[in-house]
Amino acid sequence: MRRLLRRTIFLALFACVGVAGAVAEARATLEVKIGYLRMERPPRPVLSNLDEIPPRRGIEGAELALSDNMTTGAFLGHDYALEVVSVPVGGPLDEAAAQLLATHDLVVLDMPLADVQMVADMAGDQKILFNAGARDHELRSAGCRANLLHTIPETGMEADALMQVLLAKKWTKLALIEGPTVEDQALADSYRKSARKFGLKIVSEKQWTFDTDLRRAASREVPLFTQGFKDHDVLLVADAHDDFARYIEHNTWKPRPVVGSTGLMARAWFPVVEQWGAAQLQSRFKDMTGRDMTPEDYAAWAAVRAVGEAVTRTGSNQVDVLRAYLLSDDFALAAFQGRPLSFRAWNGQLRQPLPVVNARAQVASAPLDGFEHARNPLDTLGTDQVESACQAFGE
Amino acid sequence: MKRFLLTTACLLMASPTLAAEIWVSNEKDDTISVIDVETLEVTRTIPTGERPRGITFNSDYSRLYICASDSDAVQVMDPVTGEILHDLPSGEDPEQFVLAPDNRHLWIANEDDAVTTVVDVETRKVVAQINVGIEPEGMAVSPDGKTVITTSETTNMAHWIDTESHQIYANSLVDARPRHAEFVNEGTELWVSAEIGGTISIFDTATQQEKAKIGFEIQGVHPDLIQPVGFEFTPDHKTAFVALGPSNHVAVIDAETLEVEGYILVGRRVWHLAFSPDHTRLFTTNGVSGDVTVIDVASRKPVKTIKVGRFPWGAAMKP
Repeated sequence: MRRLLRRTIFLALFACVGVAGAVAEARATLEVKIGYLRMERPPRPVLSNLDEIPPRRGIEGAELALSDNMTTGAFLGHDYALEVVSVPVGGPLDEAAAQLLATHDLVVLDMPLADVQMVADMAGDQKILFNAGARDHELRSAGCRANLLHTIPETGMEADALMQVLLAKKWTKLALIEGPTVEDQALADSYRKSARKFGLKIVSEKQWTFDTDLRRAASREVPLFTQGFKDHDVLLVADAHDDFARYIEHNTWKPRPVVGSTGLMARAWFPVVEQWGAAQLQSRFKDMTGRDMTPEDYAAWAAVRAVGEAVTRTGSNQVDVLRAYLLSDDFALAAFQGRPLSFRAWNGQLRQPLPVVNARAQVASAPLDGFEHARNPLDTLGTDQVESACQAFGE
Repeated sequence: MKRFLLTTACLLMASPTLAAEIWVSNEKDDTISVIDVETLEVTRTIPTGERPRGITFNSDYSRLYICASDSDAVQVMDPVTGEILHDLPSGEDPEQFVLAPDNRHLWIANEDDAVTTVVDVETRKVVAQINVGIEPEGMAVSPDGKTVITTSETTNMAHWIDTESHQIYANSLVDARPRHAEFVNEGTELWVSAEIGGTISIFDTATQQEKAKIGFEIQGVHPDLIQPVGFEFTPDHKTAFVALGPSNHVAVIDAETLEVEGYILVGRRVWHLAFSPDHTRLFTTNGVSGDVTVIDVASRKPVKTIKVGRFPWGAAMKP
C-alpha cells in the first residue's frame, strides 16, 4: 500500500489568513469584476403552455455564485462584483461586448455558438470567457477558442450519460424519433454517435412531422406513429426545444420507456438532484429566486464559482494566474455532485458528473460504476482528448 | 419459578441503562437506533424530530442533544426514558454542534444560514450568533474551552472563534468541502477533514498555520471517491480512524508520523464513528447502506454489520 503524505510547503496565502474581527471589518484589497453577457433569443412557439423559460435564467445562477464568493471573500479581503448585460433580440451584441470587455477580464457568456465565437475573437487572449449557454460540439472541437472555457456540458456529454445508463440496464435496442429543426437533428446526431460509442443499436428511426394540436390528439396519433417501429427496448426522442416530446410518453404503441428529451433524461442539473448536499444549493437558489434551478443556472453558477475558487486559492485577480490555475490539476470545484469538477486542458470543457433523472427522482449519476477511463472516469462523457480537433489549447 | 422470571424481567428492563450503548441518528427515518455494545444488537429505536444528524451527550450522560435539522431545533432528550424534554432555539437547519467543556454552551452550525449559534442550555436562550462561511458544518471546541472552530463547506475554511468575545480571530483555508474538525494533543493541533479535497489538514493551534496535510490512496478506488468525513482518535491520540465516505473504507492513521497504516472496508458512504467505552470496538455509520459496521480495533477488522434506520449519520457513545 502506498502511503501518501504531503508536508505542506505553501505559507500564509494558502494556509491561513489571519483576518481579525468579523466579516464587516475585513478590508477589501482585491477586486474581482465578473461580467455576464447574454444575447436574448426570440421566443419559440411550443405546443405546451407549461414550463415557461424563466426570464432571468442563467443570470440568477451567476448571482447566487456571486453571493457565495462574496461570503468567502469577506474573510479574505476579496471583493466581487457582477455586471449583467442582456442584449435584446436583434440588438447590437458587438457593441455591448466591446463595452463590457473594456472593463471586465472575466465574462460569462449566454448566447448561441456563432455569437460565442464572435465575442471570443473580439476579446483577445487577455480575457477568460465562460460559455454557460451553448452546448454545441463544435465549440469543444475545431471551433474552440483559447480564451473560452465551457461550464455547460456539450450535448454529447448528456447523450453519453444517458447511453451509459441504457447500457448498464442492457436496454440496447433503441427506436429514435427525431424532431424537424436543425437543433433536433444535431441532438439526434449526438445520440447516434453516443449509441455507437457504447455499442447500442438504433433499430428504427422516424421523423416527427405532426402539426396537429397534440395536447388533444396525442392519444390517437402517437400510437399509430410508433406502431411501425421494429422491436425495441426504449424509445429515444430528440426534441431540442421541449416541444412535442412530453406527449409521447404513455401514448406509445408498445409499453416502452421513453428517454432523451423526456422521461429518462441526462441533465447538468435538475430539481430532483438532492444528494451530496445538492438540497442546500437547490434551497438557496429557490429562496433567492422563487423558482427551480435549471441547467443553465447551474452552468452560470459553476462559472462564477470557478472564478471564486481560483481567486481564493491563488490570491490573485490576474488573468494569466487565474487561467493557469483553472486549467491545472490543482483546481477542484466542489459543486454538489459528489466529485470535484475540473476543466479539460485540451478544450476547456468543465468535467462534471451528469445526473440522469426522471420527473420525480434521480435515477443515476453518470459516469456509472464500471465505465472507466485512464485519466478520470468523468472523461467517459463527451469529447475526449483524442477525439477533439481543438488546437487552441496547445499540447 | 415465578420469582426467577420476575428477577429476569427486572434485569431485562434495567439493562438499557446498564450496558454501554452506541446511539446512532437516522437522518431519513427521524429516529435514533440504540446499539448494545455487548450484544451488538439494536435494543431500542427512539423517535426524534425531523432529519436528526449531529448527536452528543453531556458529560454525565444525563442528556442527549440532537440536531433535528428540518425541525430547526436542537432537541434535548432524557436518554433513560427516550423522552424529548424540550427543544432549544438553534437557529435554522442545525447540522452539527459541540458542547463546551462548561456543559452549558452549545455551539451549533446552522447549515442553511451561514451562521454559528451559541445557546445556553440552562436558560435555553441564544447567547450569540456569529457570521461564518457558507454551509457551516464541522464544529470543535478546544479542551480549555477558549476556542471554537466552525468549518464551512462552500467557503472552504476553518473559522477560529474566541468563545469569550464571540469574534472570529482567524480563518484558515482548507481543501474543498471541509466536514469535520477535532482538537488533538491537549489542543495544540487542529485536524480538519476536506470531503471533496480528499485530505485532512493539520493546523498548529498557536499560529493557526497549516503544518501538515494527509492524503489517501486506496487500490482500485478512484481518488475522487475517497472523501474524508468524520474521524476519531484513540485516547492516547496516537491513532486516528477516518471515515472516507463513498470509498466505503475507514483509514487508520499513525497520528505521530501521519502515515496511513491501512484501510478497513465498511458499509456504503461512511459518515461518522464512535468508540465503545473501552475503545476495543469502533462503530461506523454507513449512510447509503443503512447500517453500522463494528470494527475490532486491535485487529483492525470489521466484525459485524448491524442494520439500523435509513441514512444513519451521527454516532455517540453512552457508557
